Amino acid sequence: MALARTHSVALIGITGHVVEVEADIANGLPATIMVGLPDTALREARDRIRAAIVNSNQTWPPHKITVGLSPASLPKRGSWFDLSIAVGVLAAAGQVPRAALDGVMFFGELGLDGRLRRVNGVLPAVAAAAQHGFDRVMVAEANAAEAALVPGVRVVAAPTLAAALDWLCGTPGQRGGRPAAECKGSQVFPGKIPPNGPATSALVPPVPAGPDLAELLGQSLARHGAEVCAAGGHHLSLLGPPGAGKTMLAERIPTILPRLDTAAALEVTSIHSVAGTLPEQVPLLTDPPFLAPHHTATKAAIVGGGSGIIRPGSASLAHRGVLFLDEAPEFARDVLDALRQPLEAGEVVVARSGVTARFPARFTLILAANPCPCARAAGPAEGCSCSPSARRRYLGRISGPLLDRVDVKIELEPIGRKELLNDRSFTESSQTVALRVLQARERAAHRLRGTPWRLNAEVPGSELRRTWPPEPGSLQVVERSLERGQISARGVVKVIRVAWTIADLAGRARPGRADCASALGLWLGVQR
Amino acid sequence: MRAKDVLGKSGEQAAADYLESSGFRILDRNWRCAGGEIDIVAVERHALVVCEVKSRSGTRYGSPLEAVGRAKQARLRRLAVQWLNAHGVRFEQIRIDVIGLLYEGTGGFTIEHIRGVG
Repeated sequence: MALARTHSVALIGITGHVVEVEADIANGLPATIMVGLPDTALREARDRIRAAIVNSNQTWPPHKITVGLSPASLPKRGSWFDLSIAVGVLAAAGQVPRAALDGVMFFGELGLDGRLRRVNGVLPAVAAAAQHGFDRVMVAEANAAEAALVPGVRVVAAPTLAAALDWLCGTPGQRGGRPAAECKGSQVFPGKIPPNGPATSALVPPVPAGPDLAELLGQSLARHGAEVCAAGGHHLSLLGPPGAGKTMLAERIPTILPRLDTAAALEVTSIHSVAGTLPEQVPLLTDPPFLAPHHTATKAAIVGGGSGIIRPGSASLAHRGVLFLDEAPEFARDVLDALRQPLEAGEVVVARSGVTARFPARFTLILAANPCPCARAAGPAEGCSCSPSARRRYLGRISGPLLDRVDVKIELEPIGRKELLNDRSFTESSQTVALRVLQARERAAHRLRGTPWRLNAEVPGSELRRTWPPEPGSLQVVERSLERGQISARGVVKVIRVAWTIADLAGRARPGRADCASALGLWLGVQR
Repeated sequence: MRAKDVLGKSGEQAAADYLESSGFRILDRNWRCAGGEIDIVAVERHALVVCEVKSRSGTRYGSPLEAVGRAKQARLRRLAVQWLNAHGVRFEQIRIDVIGLLYEGTGGFTIEHIRGVG
């Protein structure tokens, strides 16, 4: 009898696939059939949509309705197809002009009363829509700001189904309620963040009201290690007794990281959008994320997974930011080892029947651990009661291969009275360090221009050896370590990367002997 | 007789009149067996039509057609076979139709006829 076609997006990971929603009204006993691998939430759409349409004072066509979602083999999940199905059914019934549906994407869950509810994952979905040539998207009001982050799309924010239909029919206000509002994409987010001010100072975080690096007294070596890690994107492990400042330092690392640039911010926001952890008021995340999962976290919570919708784990949520594992030996061993692959590849791949989801996961890993279970081992024999084997077992829970991927290993000493008193006036604030970090990052980015990499930690070893070797002869000490078996071949590459970062921080054109030695010292760090 | 039964009876009569006027030959009405009741059994060309008639006085509880669900369709299929066996006849085509009638006041019905539902 009649057919109408609308469009929406199915998300797999943070990749969007355009889905065509077809609604067919045929003669037959009234029934609604939904085909195209819907999950439970989507199958329930049938009843939600019917109630929403009736309660919006529209007529539900009393015929046989077939709703097809294609490509049919792609699993579709979630409730945001509600709006596209409802509009499709009404268009097939002739209540909405079919021409109005061209080039429009629909995302929104319907309440039984016809309200449009916010959904997760709108940003990557709208980005996919824009990529496939759709220039208008219709979303719930609460999702409008997020959808508008994508440049080049017109966002229609509809409070209710009635308002959405009015907008499509070009009859605002006719069906009652507030009309839909339109805004142009990327209004909120004009390219650079923030829009005014010189680029360099703009990227330094503003004086934070929260934690500041200046509050950490003593621990100059740990501070230096943190600065190197922040500048080069290297991984860090902190070993020390309780109260030495491991957690304090780790929590302050985000304050010395530069703000995210446009592309990174959109990428990070996309991941958080899928996870549903976006704050409603500020849809764009411009600060590097800091994730500190509890040590009881499961593998799925860290690397991603879960039943039904595949959700990103902490490793992906910490993309372009910091993943802090406090009390690292307390984590389950398989959880820690599951991090090895994302540490190398910079992404997490979750395979499921029918689909494989990819989440970017290029984070800075920070491990913190006590030296032994009783945690009184440090300093001049202060009564640690742990046997050597117990200590070895405790730290042995962090597997060798994982530790081999950690570039900077710092051992923190318990802090003394002198440092506590003296350091107050000399410690650098987060702002000072952040500026140095930013300059080092810019130096690295300038050197790496024309390559896909931005940070020293991202440059592959082969490329590093070929294009950016340190000064000749400066690697002698590292090679001696390699011969002695203190360092693996991967370790050598990591040392060179860290050496580059140290040189970048110091403003030297190329790492010299001292930089390499210093990097080796940081790499060897904890001896156990 | 209660009001709903009066409505049902007059609905069935209206449906039978409608079928006859559209060229159906009615063989049986309100045929009962242990499995249930067939409202109308008719013949259209070479097809045996087992017809379910549903009458409603309003749409407050949905349209009359909606009331014929899967279970009812399955029962109609079973009944069709039982009717054929009871009468010892064969048809090359058997069809199940549903006729929905909506009472419009002053004795008139709106008739919706759906052919071949199951």
